[in-house]
Amino acid sequence: MHASPLTIRDLSVAYQKKPVLQGVTFTVPEGKLIGIVGPNGAGKSTLIKAALGLIPRLSGDVSIYGKPYAAQRKLVGYVPQRESVDWDFPTNALDVVTMGRYGHLGWFKRPGSAERKIAMECLAKVGMEAYADRQISQLSGGQQQRIFLARALAQDAKLYFMDEPFVGVDAATEKAIVTLLNELKKQGKTVLVVHHDLATVKEYFDWVMLLNVNLIEFGPTEMTFTADNLQRTYGGRLTMLDRDTSSTLIMNGR
Amino acid sequence: MSDWLNILQDPNVQWILFGCMLLGLSSGVIGSFAYLRKQSLMGDALSHAALPGVCIAFMLSGSKSIALFLVGAAAAGLAATFGIGYITRHTRIKQDSALAIVLTVFFGLGIVLLTQIQHSGNGNQSGLDKFLFGQAASMLLSDVRIMAVISLFLIGVCTLLFKEFKLLSFDPGFARGIGYPVAFMDQLIMFLIVVAVVVGIQAVGVVLMAALLITPAVSARYWTEKLGLMVVLAGAFGALSGLVGTFISANGNNLPTGPLTVLVATSLFVVSVVAAPRRGVLSKLLLRAYVRNKLRGEQEKSVLQAERKETTV
Repeated sequence: MHASPLTIRDLSVAYQKKPVLQGVTFTVPEGKLIGIVGPNGAGKSTLIKAALGLIPRLSGDVSIYGKPYAAQRKLVGYVPQRESVDWDFPTNALDVVTMGRYGHLGWFKRPGSAERKIAMECLAKVGMEAYADRQISQLSGGQQQRIFLARALAQDAKLYFMDEPFVGVDAATEKAIVTLLNELKKQGKTVLVVHHDLATVKEYFDWVMLLNVNLIEFGPTEMTFTADNLQRTYGGRLTMLDRDTSSTLIMNGR
Repeated sequence: MSDWLNILQDPNVQWILFGCMLLGLSSGVIGSFAYLRKQSLMGDALSHAALPGVCIAFMLSGSKSIALFLVGAAAAGLAATFGIGYITRHTRIKQDSALAIVLTVFFGLGIVLLTQIQHSGNGNQSGLDKFLFGQAASMLLSDVRIMAVISLFLIGVCTLLFKEFKLLSFDPGFARGIGYPVAFMDQLIMFLIVVAVVVGIQAVGVVLMAALLITPAVSARYWTEKLGLMVVLAGAFGALSGLVGTFISANGNNLPTGPLTVLVATSLFVVSVVAAPRRGVLSKLLLRAYVRNKLRGEQEKSVLQAERKETTV
């Protein structure tokens, strides 16, 4: 049997007492771009972090291509939120991208010219090769996001997790990310993206996951991303402007 | 001047200078990672926490052996980090307050124990009070040998694990994602800080040891945007501070080594803040002046051009 890129069974996570995720179960199809959508505090980032074992889970079981994550690390790429690191770190763009190769390098070994070549190619894929030597604090927010994407590309994974890659980036970067996502899809890779902009969900993603502590709905975008399902996810805090499609949405108070 | 040279020719002084230089080097290197991981105060807490550990090690063994002190300081450091972690996780107290609580408790306990030892009449205890502010002159050749070995071990570990420590300092989440044992490496870095503290305990003392960990690293950050170079520079600044501080102290005026070393390190820091290229105050002022002049020049040029156009029309 062909194992799915990611299967999660009965995942629950809690910070302190309050559950952030409860009984989440799903199986991800291969080669799809998947958007994870839900209100603030719905556990979107938590889902990714728990799947990667970055935070402890209360219960649940994660398997990646049929095996536990610990055995499949090299198949997984991760793009954390940009704000999760201090960009005033003494290093340059190329060096950060090279970090994507560390998992393949093993202990003690220093990255050499082969790793730098891969990193350079990944920088080129996000249109940042001209900035290879730039100190990372000298980059704009969008450029920093692209560096993180290039680092994930350097991991040469089959399954990617991206935590809000579209937040606070300029239009050029947004376009670069979308092009990149489609290229990954063309190579048969699976990408899960935490996303906050409902207006672009239909345009960017094949599948969508609606999440609000519980898994509300998960399936192909055209069937799942309906006004009805969104109302259930956001608890009636949305106003639909467009009658025919649900492409125009307004958040109604937070 | 000839006095100084005479002192330098004393082999005992040469050893002590060498030892303090190695100490500065290794604390600068491990301090760089502590600083980048935003654990500057952790270094302070660990060095203060080392005092009761060292005192208990002395009380139990009755001997001044660096190896036993290392065990004691490491145990105390472990207890301190555990205490800080426990308070932060299980109460609403933030890490800075937890650090302050634990640091002072351990240091208070250390002083009580130290006083107890001094009144115990143990003939072997002389020199233990120097652990507060350090007295390099009281070091023996055997101490220096052990210091050298431990320093080389510390620098060796940081060299071997440079790539891993870099990723851990920059992006621990990503490091954990690709399977690094982040919790273990956190503890390893803590342990290396404790090692540096123990190495420095005779020369610099527990009170000011944190300065030798952090100040060279902060100074080095001003001069470079490359981590490798920064670590080397921090080591060099630390070594220079240790060397000069010890030299002045050994020069006969009996000043404690710790404060002198810290003052030297801080002078290097001030020089770095003012004079470093790009990040330094001076260079920033110059850059701003240059940009302002350039802008003004361009504005004048455009005004001239506009006037010229008007006259031709």
